[in-house]
Amino acid sequence: MMSASVARRTFATPVLLGLLLIAFALVAVAVGSKPFNQTIIDIFLKVIFVVGLWVFVGNSGVISFGHIAFACLGGYVAAWTTIKPMMKGMSMPGLPDWLMQTEIPYWGSAIVAAGWAALWALIFGSVLMRLSGIAASIATFAMLAMVNSIYSNWESVTAATSSVVGIPIIRSIWPYLVAALISVFAAWAYGISRHGLALRAARDEPTAAAACGINIPRARLIAFVISGAIMGMGGALYSHSIGIVTPDTYYLGLTFITLSMLVVGGMGSLSGAVLGVLILSTLIQTLRWLEAGVQVGETTIALPGGVQEIALGVVMILILMFRPAGIMGNKDLSLPKRAALETKGPKSPRT
Amino acid sequence: MGSLLQVLFDALSLGSLYALGALGIALIFGVMRLVNFAHGDVIAACVFALLWPSVDAVAIIFAGNLPWYLLIPFLLAIGAALSVASEIVVFRRFRRANPATMMIASFALGFVIRYFLLMLFSSRPKSISLLPSLSQPVEILGARIPLLQLITIAVTMAVLFGLTTFLRRTRFGLEMRAAAENFTMARMLGVRANRVIMGAFALSGALAAAIALILGSQTGTANIMMGASVMLMAFIATVIGGMGSLAGAVLAGFLLGAIATVMQVILPPDARAFRDAFVYGAVILVLIFRPQGLLSARGTKERV
Repeated sequence: MMSASVARRTFATPVLLGLLLIAFALVAVAVGSKPFNQTIIDIFLKVIFVVGLWVFVGNSGVISFGHIAFACLGGYVAAWTTIKPMMKGMSMPGLPDWLMQTEIPYWGSAIVAAGWAALWALIFGSVLMRLSGIAASIATFAMLAMVNSIYSNWESVTAATSSVVGIPIIRSIWPYLVAALISVFAAWAYGISRHGLALRAARDEPTAAAACGINIPRARLIAFVISGAIMGMGGALYSHSIGIVTPDTYYLGLTFITLSMLVVGGMGSLSGAVLGVLILSTLIQTLRWLEAGVQVGETTIALPGGVQEIALGVVMILILMFRPAGIMGNKDLSLPKRAALETKGPKSPRT
Repeated sequence: MGSLLQVLFDALSLGSLYALGALGIALIFGVMRLVNFAHGDVIAACVFALLWPSVDAVAIIFAGNLPWYLLIPFLLAIGAALSVASEIVVFRRFRRANPATMMIASFALGFVIRYFLLMLFSSRPKSISLLPSLSQPVEILGARIPLLQLITIAVTMAVLFGLTTFLRRTRFGLEMRAAAENFTMARMLGVRANRVIMGAFALSGALAAAIALILGSQTGTANIMMGASVMLMAFIATVIGGMGSLAGAVLAGFLLGAIATVMQVILPPDARAFRDAFVYGAVILVLIFRPQGLLSARGTKERV
C-alpha cells in the first residue's frame, strides 16, 4: 500500500539506523564483558519502547503517557507463558489450567505478547482515540494507572506487587537486536504507508485532513494498535532480559525515561527516536558509573543517588527550552523556512 | 444512619483533597494552558519541608515542631515560593510553547523535584506526627468521625469561599479571571501578564501546601511519592470538570471522591482492591460522552 517512490526515497533512514544498531551490537561482542553486554541489551530494549512510542506519538502528535501499560501487559505474558509450570503454580495459582501447562520459548512469548498488547490497544484505543489534545493525554495516563492498579492487586494471576521470578533469562544480544531492527523497519513502513501519511496530515492540519476524508479516530487507532504491539513485544523481552517482573517496573519511571528519550531525540522523526535513546542511554550510563564511584588515586568519588534522574530531567527541560523539536527535529534550523517545510510537509521523516 | 453519615463524611473529605488539587491545576491551566505535572511533587516537597534532610529511617522534625499558628503560614509560604520559583526558572521560558511541550517540561520538573527529595531524604517513607491532636474521633449522630475529616472539609469550604470572594471581589481576581478567559485580550487591556501568572502559581502552590498539611496529618508519613496519587485524581478531575473551569474542577473533584467512596462500600470485598481501576474506567467513560468536560470553560475549545 506504500508508494514505491516514497519507499525508495526514505529507505536510507531505517537502513542507516539499523546499521547503527548493528554497530552497537558488534562493539558489545568485541568488548565481551558481561555488564557491558547487559547495557547494550538495555539500549536495544529502550529502542524498541521508544520506537513503539514514536509510532503513535510521533505520527499523531498526541502525547501518550500510557504506552508503558502495553509493555506491562507484554511483560506478564512472558511470565505466564515461559515460567516452568511447577513454579507458576506457586506464584500465580489463579491461572487457568491450559495456561498453567503452557511453556513456550522466549520468541514465542514475544509474539504472543505483541498480539495480546495489540488486542488491548484495540480495546482501549477504540475508546480513547475519540479524544484529542490534552484530554487524550490525560486519558492515556488514566489507562496506565488503571493497568498498574489491576496488575498490582490481582494476587492470583500476577502475584500482586511481589516480583514473579523464574522467567528464562536470555543473555545473548542477538534476539534483542533482531527485535529492535524489526521495530525500526515496522515503524518506517508504517510511517510511509497511506495510514501513516494520513495520520501525519491529521496531526498538522486536522481540519483540512478531515475535510479530505481522513477518518482521524480510525487513523489514530491503527497507529495505536501497531505501537501497542511493539510495546508488548518489548515488554516481554524486557522480562526475559532481567528474569523477573513486577508491576512497578512498568510504571512512571519507565514512562518518564522513554518519553524523555523521545523528546530529546525529537518526536518528529524516527531517527530522532532512535538517536534519543542512544544519546540519553550514554548519558545515563555515564552518570550511573559516576554514582557507583570513580577511583581517583586513593579516594573514591561518587555522586549521591538520584543525581542520574535529576540530570536527566534537567537535560530534558533544557532541550525543550532551546530545541523544542528535539535534537534531530532542529537539525535543519539554520534555514528556518526550509526547516518549517521539512517538519510540516507530509514527507516521511528524514534525518 | 450512622454508617450513612460516615460514608458521606468520607466522600466529602476525600473529595476535598481532590478538589483542592484540581483547583491548583486548573488555576494555572486557566492563565497559561499549562498542565502542571510538577504539582504533585510540590505537595511532597511541602511535607518534607517540615523535616531536616537525612537519609535515616527516623525523621528529624525541624519546622514541624512549630506551633500550628506559625506552622501553617510557614508551609503555605514554602509551597507558594516553590511554585513561583518553578514559574520563574522553568515555565517562563515556555510561554510561547505549545501545551504538549509545556506538559512534558512540567513532567520533567516534577521528576527533578522528586529525585532531589530522594537524594536528601531517601525513598523510605518516614513516620511523622503532624498535628496529632486532630486524629481523635468525634461523635456526631452516632457516627464516629475523625476530627481531622471535619477540619479537612471545613478548611476546603473556607478555601473555596475565600477564593471565590477573591476572584469575584478584588481587582487582582478580576484580572485573573479576565486572563483565564482570553489572555491576549486581557493583556491589551492592561492586565500585567507576569503578575497574574505569578499570582496563579503562588495560589496554586499554597493550595499544594494545604494538601500537604492534610495528607501529612492524615497518613502520619512523609513519602516522596505521596503527591502522585492525589495528583492523578486531581488531573482527571480538571479534565472531567472541563479544562480551565475552576467551578468544574471543584465539582469534579468532589464527584470523584464520592465515586471512590461509594465504590469502596458497594463493591464486593474481592473487587475492592480494584477500586481505583474502576474509578479510572468511569473517567474514561465520562470523557467519551463529554470530551469537553462537564462544565467546559469558554475559550478552551479548539477553533478552526
